[in-house]
Amino acid sequence: MALMASTRREADAQSFPFWVYLLAPLLALGLQSFAPLLFPRFSVLDLPLLIVIYFASTLRTPITATIGGAFIGLAQDALTHQPLGVFGIAKAFIGYVAASLGVRIDTESPLTRSILIFLFVLLNDAIDWVLVRHMLNQPMPWAWLHELVRAAVNTFIALILFGLLDRLKRRE
Amino acid sequence: MDSFVSRYKNALVLILVLVAQLLALAIQAKRPAGPGSDQPTVSLLRYAVVAVVTPPERLIVGTGLWARSLWTGYIDLIHVRKQNAALRQQILRLRIEQAGLAQDAAQGQRLEHLLDFKQHYIYKTLPAQIIGTSGTDQSRVLYIDQGSHDGLKQDMPVITADGIVGKIKDVFPHTSQVLLITDPTSGVGVVLQTTRTRGILKGRAYGQLQVVDVSPDSRIKPGETILTSGGDQIFPRGLPVGTVERIVPDPQHDPLVDILVHPAAHLAALEEVLVVTNVGNSQSPQEAKDIAESEAESVAAQKRASDILSERLPSRYDPNAPADTNPQTTTDANGNPIRPPAPPAPVHPDQFSPDAEPAAADMTPGHRWAPVKGGAEDTSKASQPTAAQQTSAANAGTTVTAQPQQPAAAASNPQTSAPQAQKQAAAKQRRKAAPAITPKNAPAPQGGLR
Repeated sequence: MALMASTRREADAQSFPFWVYLLAPLLALGLQSFAPLLFPRFSVLDLPLLIVIYFASTLRTPITATIGGAFIGLAQDALTHQPLGVFGIAKAFIGYVAASLGVRIDTESPLTRSILIFLFVLLNDAIDWVLVRHMLNQPMPWAWLHELVRAAVNTFIALILFGLLDRLKRRE
Repeated sequence: MDSFVSRYKNALVLILVLVAQLLALAIQAKRPAGPGSDQPTVSLLRYAVVAVVTPPERLIVGTGLWARSLWTGYIDLIHVRKQNAALRQQILRLRIEQAGLAQDAAQGQRLEHLLDFKQHYIYKTLPAQIIGTSGTDQSRVLYIDQGSHDGLKQDMPVITADGIVGKIKDVFPHTSQVLLITDPTSGVGVVLQTTRTRGILKGRAYGQLQVVDVSPDSRIKPGETILTSGGDQIFPRGLPVGTVERIVPDPQHDPLVDILVHPAAHLAALEEVLVVTNVGNSQSPQEAKDIAESEAESVAAQKRASDILSERLPSRYDPNAPADTNPQTTTDANGNPIRPPAPPAPVHPDQFSPDAEPAAADMTPGHRWAPVKGGAEDTSKASQPTAAQQTSAANAGTTVTAQPQQPAAAASNPQTSAPQAQKQAAAKQRRKAAPAITPKNAPAPQGGLR
């Protein structure tokens, strides 16, 4: 099967310099917070989610991805006025699933990446919607067209971002 | 057991993390919303994240402002004198306009005081720079570079010169979170300017604004201005909110309608806002001083305008005309002032001018000043002022009034004698010196007088 991680290179343990683990989520959070001031449409992107997906599918350790996703999600929650946990729950789950799939699937192929990112963005939004609408009882619409466009835009940006992050990999 | 944990440790960690967050979320959701609703742990976490994220944003915004101020403050100063003069003229004009409006405002304030209404005036505002957002459409909040150290508190209104922006939701030492009016969880009391329809402004999905659950009214038209009503106890009354965009039916509360609103403030591109830090029930001393200055300038401007007008109007004396065309003097040959000609004498006697009739106390019951003919007085035979009287009155500069028909009455009434005439003259003098008689204390008319 073409999607399986069959080659040795794909199964290699991959790692990054320590500063990348620290700086990438912070930059994603900072840019996500600041850029909409200059470009209001920027908020359609979810850079912290893309960072979670990238590190989870690259490092392939579900526990680290779950905890990392939860921390990044909680930090994103802290910047909103909503109760903490909405983004934390969604990103912890996405991190776990992405890391679990990363063990089995070739996540470096552009096609696989595109499909995975598209589905993960939709899944993330669905979890957010369920939590906000049914647990917090707050108004939140679900428009399929908007969600599909949002997923497509995030996928496009993710392909560029992941290519840049791949250059920072430390291969053993 | 160990093998179970080691086998399913990934799933167990996931479940543990999810359950912990779900519990925390449930606890937070059960707490009522409002100031200080966050638990200490939640506040601490928010503060930690904001403390990490906002300083770089503040640095970037500050650097951008510094570069911009360097350009605008030192390099791009061409035409600044001309612009300054134009602005001074504009200030003068606006002050004059403000004086007129201040009169109306003062009158409205007095009336509101009589009706015991509470008007909130903005005393003090604090400018703040926008340095960040929440980064998501689900939560429409902004971050500003002023916090509790600058005197900000929760629920303070945030405005711009164009209109309202939102309110302070959370305060940190050097940063504050502003909840925009476009957020679905926000609510602002508003009133439509023309129809005076009241309602609650709420945010919709994708950043739209609407006044919800309004009774249908055909007078509400697109373009009508919407103002704050002051009913929310946060925003002072009368601040611009936006304009009516269109009216849509409310499917959940038929037959009520929702009014979609175009915001007055440009919420998508805010750079600087004003936080209202102090409001009061009367005008601030500075505001009162400004209005007093405006009124003084308005009076001076009106005086100048009347002077200019009087110079332009045609005058009896033209300083530029030849000497023989202007009247030389305003006195006649005898040195008496020239007066306009006296008006013609009245055809009928005047019975309404002061002193036209004798005092009621001096009247004699049954006395008539004109002979009775056919059951009615023949006024044509009553005595008239003489030509000499008219001339003397004209020279004295007074209007000629018909004297009462005292001589005729005296002639017709044999009881009227010289001592009585003297008494009447003395009474007339007393009445001249006495204050005006109001209808309430006026003496009752006596018989024989009309």
